[in-house]
Amino acid sequence: MTQPIIEMRSIEKNYGNIVALAGVSFDVRPGECHCLLGDNGAGKSTFIKTMSGVVQPTRGQIVVEGRPMSFQSPRDAMNAGIATVYQDLAMIPLMSVARNFFMGREPTTGWGPFKRFDVERANSVTMAEMKKMGINLREADQAVGTLSGGERQTVAIARAVHFGAKVLILDEPTSALGVRQTANVLSTIDRVRKQGVGVVFITHNVRHAMAVGDRFTVLNRGKTLGTSQRGEITPDQLQDLMAGGQEMAQLEASLGGTV
Amino acid sequence: MTMERAQMSSVPATPDERLRQVSFLSRLMKRPELGAVAGLILVVAFFAVTADPAMFSLAGVINFLTPAAQLGILALGASLLMIGGEFDLSLGSMVAFAGLIFGVAVTVTGWPLILAIPATLLVAALLGAVNAQIVLRTALPSFIVTLAGLFILRGLSLVGLKWATGGSTQLRGVSDVVEGDWLLPFFSGDAFEGLFAWLAARGWIETFGNGSAKVPGVPVEIVWFVLLTAVATWVLLRTPAGNWIFASGGDKTAAINSGVPVRKVKVALFVLTACCAALVAIITVLDAGSTDARRGFQKEFEAIIAAVIGGALLTGGYGSAVGAFFGSIIFGVVMIGLSYTNIDQDWYQVFLGSMLLVAVIFNNAIRKRVTGER
Ligand SMILES: Nc1ncnc2c1ncn2[C@@H]1O[C@H](COP(=O)(O)OP(=O)(O)OP(=O)(O)O)[C@@H](O)[C@H]1O
Ligand SMILES: [Mg+2]
Repeated sequence: MTQPIIEMRSIEKNYGNIVALAGVSFDVRPGECHCLLGDNGAGKSTFIKTMSGVVQPTRGQIVVEGRPMSFQSPRDAMNAGIATVYQDLAMIPLMSVARNFFMGREPTTGWGPFKRFDVERANSVTMAEMKKMGINLREADQAVGTLSGGERQTVAIARAVHFGAKVLILDEPTSALGVRQTANVLSTIDRVRKQGVGVVFITHNVRHAMAVGDRFTVLNRGKTLGTSQRGEITPDQLQDLMAGGQEMAQLEASLGGTV
Repeated sequence: MTMERAQMSSVPATPDERLRQVSFLSRLMKRPELGAVAGLILVVAFFAVTADPAMFSLAGVINFLTPAAQLGILALGASLLMIGGEFDLSLGSMVAFAGLIFGVAVTVTGWPLILAIPATLLVAALLGAVNAQIVLRTALPSFIVTLAGLFILRGLSLVGLKWATGGSTQLRGVSDVVEGDWLLPFFSGDAFEGLFAWLAARGWIETFGNGSAKVPGVPVEIVWFVLLTAVATWVLLRTPAGNWIFASGGDKTAAINSGVPVRKVKVALFVLTACCAALVAIITVLDAGSTDARRGFQKEFEAIIAAVIGGALLTGGYGSAVGAFFGSIIFGVVMIGLSYTNIDQDWYQVFLGSMLLVAVIFNNAIRKRVTGER
């Protein structure tokens, strides 16, 4: 089995006396889509925030390609190849698609005091990358605010992949989308996975998870209820797990004893 | 690159002339400075009809561009800061305080301009950085933090003036001590005097009876204003820093998550705004030959209004330096223009308030258009 790109070992996170995460272990391998499921407040967002450097875990270890790491900022995580598309999108509606695409990593041309933002290149790269994802922009300087939710997700995903993400974390990318747009985002996930990127797909929609997932991990009240492979678990079983594990005993077998 | 783009755009070859035009129009509609340009055309048209034609002679134009430039330098700072998502209400008081520092440096301390000007800018920059740190560390709205600054700096200017002059609120004698300083021409008087004299000699511009030009040159503040507008526009639209400014004001969290150094951007913008105030202080103090506690009074509001007329959104993330440029010229035209008409001068404020209201409503509509928000 290939080595995981990132391994999260017994991650704990407390907010004051609130325990958001009580020891979560999780890993992602290249080219797989690892789904993280759980009900509202299960700790999914908090968990991926520790993975992407937005918050620091109270305890636990993060290992990237075999090396222990600690992320002090999103920048650290980004440099390690961990890119995140946030639930509340890291996109600015008033800015153009191209400016959003290159936000924080603007291509430059010229030198010294004449070093400038290469707008032409930003525009053409954005158009090309969006085309690869199956979206034909009218113009690269169209404001992000004019895009649909699914298109925005796709811009965010395309951006992450363009900047060499090894792990792409998607926090509920489909939660606000209609059927068609969801299908688009799911096929984008599939496309990205085939390029060898490890995808972490957070959702509480079992059908969406089942559509693209290779492995499934369920979080409940800050703990993992286990990880199972595709084919080892049915949608109904996943659904029950998420709902709080009433049928735990029965399901334990299907989870391969990883509980 | 251009070839590649041309090819890309020619792929869906649908040569529909009408569609083109619509997209050009809607593109124009999306420019943040559109409102300011439209406003300026309106105001100029108004005065072209009502005012004495002398208003639009060369001398008349210089006459309204001078106060427009003094305000405009402030408005540029205010505009960039607003795009970056913050306000600075201490801007006007900063002009008074920087004027005091500058006045004291040249008269009391007797420094030459090469020392006094950097010292003034440095003090302003430090105060701007203090504003920024308070705003960033407390996470309070900059509106309220700098409102405190408005009073503190105005008060300090008064106290400082009395201390420096032994009881007066006016510090005189600046002109005498700076006379002959080699830096003076850059901050005082007129530029392009040679050119204007040459034009006058040819009879291409108006002259007095003795053949000297009625307008001896372009006041330096106008030159500064134009230069700074050009630089600000370039930075905003053509540098990574510009992208960071828009991002910081557009959505701070999104910007941070994307790796934009939002804190640094905001500190830099506060410092820049304060330095704009200091520059205006230096120019106007040299111009007047003295400084007093009322210098820059209410300029913070005028600068913010000019920025808003120029398309800056109160919520940040949107606006333009060119817009602020035209917004400031609108101010100059109205302020000076009324004196060329029979209209009571006191309509000035009514006019400004209305202008602001229209601009805000207009900007709001534009924003909805751009973001596709309904
Ligand atoms: N900054 C914070 N301060 C205090 N408590 C927090 C903070 N962030 C999250 N929590 C708590 O941690 C728990 C997990 O929250 P989290 O946002 O990770 O849930 P989630 O699984 O992403 O839920 P959802 O499906 O609604 O997005 C919740 O009980 C929440 O109240
Ligand atoms: Mg969440």
